[in-house]
Amino acid sequence: MSSAREVAAAVRSGDRSARQVTEEALAAVAAGDGEVHAFVEVLGDEALARADAVDAAIAAGQDPGPLAGVPVALKDNLCTRGIPTTCGSRILEGWRPPYDATVVELLRGAGAIALGKTNMDEFAMGSSTENSAFGPTRNPHCLERVPGGSSGGSAAAVAAGFVPLGLGSDTGGSIRQPAALCGVVGMKPTYGRVSRYGLVAFASSLDQIGPFARNVEDAALLFDVLARHDPRDTTSLRHRAPPTLDTVEAGVDGVRVGVCPDLIEGCAPDVAARVYEAAEALHAAGAQVEEIKVPEFAYGLSAYYLIAPAEASSNLARYDGVRYGLRVDADDAAAMNTATRTAGFGAEVKRRIMLGTYALSAGYYDAYYAQAQRVRTMVVEAFGRAYASVDVLLGATAPTTAFALGDKVDDPMAMYMNDICTIPSNLAGHPAVSVPFGAGADGLPVGVQVLAPPLEEALLFRVARAVEAGAPQAAWSA
Amino acid sequence: MTATEEPGHAVGSGPGQLSRSDVIHVANLARLTLSEDEVDLFTGQLQTVLAHAADVAALDLSHLAPMAHPLPVENVLRPDQPQPCLDRAEVLAAAPSVEDNRFRVPRIGSEPA
Repeated sequence: MSSAREVAAAVRSGDRSARQVTEEALAAVAAGDGEVHAFVEVLGDEALARADAVDAAIAAGQDPGPLAGVPVALKDNLCTRGIPTTCGSRILEGWRPPYDATVVELLRGAGAIALGKTNMDEFAMGSSTENSAFGPTRNPHCLERVPGGSSGGSAAAVAAGFVPLGLGSDTGGSIRQPAALCGVVGMKPTYGRVSRYGLVAFASSLDQIGPFARNVEDAALLFDVLARHDPRDTTSLRHRAPPTLDTVEAGVDGVRVGVCPDLIEGCAPDVAARVYEAAEALHAAGAQVEEIKVPEFAYGLSAYYLIAPAEASSNLARYDGVRYGLRVDADDAAAMNTATRTAGFGAEVKRRIMLGTYALSAGYYDAYYAQAQRVRTMVVEAFGRAYASVDVLLGATAPTTAFALGDKVDDPMAMYMNDICTIPSNLAGHPAVSVPFGAGADGLPVGVQVLAPPLEEALLFRVARAVEAGAPQAAWSA
Repeated sequence: MTATEEPGHAVGSGPGQLSRSDVIHVANLARLTLSEDEVDLFTGQLQTVLAHAADVAALDLSHLAPMAHPLPVENVLRPDQPQPCLDRAEVLAAAPSVEDNRFRVPRIGSEPA
């Protein structure tokens, strides 16, 4: 399976047509997705029409863009005009958005081919993709294991070789954790780098769209296409992100890497061992590696599971059966709202809406929500102290390799613990990336996480590339 | 069987463990109906999550300002120029019920039909 850069180069030079690439990807999905279930909607005719448009542009001598003919999988919380967008929920089943997300427009402008919409935990709430109303996705490396989540469908689609690139969203680790469990690269940009216009909101102060790829350079290529100011997102950063692909091979000579035990020690021994090996690989590549403790990270999980549900309880109030999606009829409007939401939301969404409503309610607002916001300040200040002495941080992405389907679905707190290493970057709005680095004791992929200060995506990808270059050859990538 | 709220319940009447009646009250606020079994299930699960959050609640963070957002949020204005908006027919086509180019809903409250 070719990389995104190889596909784009072949299509741009005329060695392969976008139609040929797209037909091959559709055939791979048809042959393999029955057991993986990465996609909830495959865009056959639409994708081929887009491919033909790219081929026509090339025939006319026009520049088809840096992702010419590259098939991309889109998480199903990214709005696609006229194409169902479900967020993994019954309450949006059959909804066809009247507009495209900004990232969907940017992909089209770059010549990419949207191949389909991928499965996810309902409204991105989960770490296994088992909370989808449309059934779970399975890990392509072991079908009895979960792919992680919530962007499990996009991670699995890339890992299975259906597409070279995917898009996910990361609110508490929903790109990086499935990337780790599926053995692919997954990156969360700085908050505000990528427009959230057309991303169905979960927790607006934490949500960020980012790339999945099978190698760091492809992830950087996709990030460079997406990182644009967008006047339709009031939190979109105004300054242009510097290109990251140009410097991805610049190496780590002299880069100060802080190995963070607070992002390692709670993990399984085989995962922790891979992180320390990655640190050795960075040292061998010329980085200055030291240990740096950030004990404040320990409070991130609790703070996140108050803040994210609080924001979700507000954002999801819009699903009232009036303007779009499911309606369950009743005699009056309030009863209709209640009947619709009761029938349309799954258990995890109800749990988080209630948790958030509780955390925001009069007697508990200060004790829970405001206190969690102060923890957020504490985490940002702790990051700042760490980055006074190191350039990047290194830790695990997820505490274990992929776990078995059904293992944690009845124990929400055990499921939430999956996010313990990824949450600090969301609370602070900082960029971070998961890079595959060898295997666990069970032979399944392990992800190592690199964290960088805000706006430092170019440095982040440089270090990630050095981790990748130092990683042992994995059985599944042969 | 559906769990119903006793009148006069108020969340936040005092600190302590989340109760079944808190869960029923919060569900009502969030426009959700729970069965008796769901009330039991969610009460236990939410107690577990809130117990984990006790580590945060116990910290003395009075010296820190609450942070609502990772960026300094400022008012964003654009030039006051007309721009294309969503297509009305396309938007209304996604609605469960429409009448005269408006979203149609059942009667609100006790107004006459």
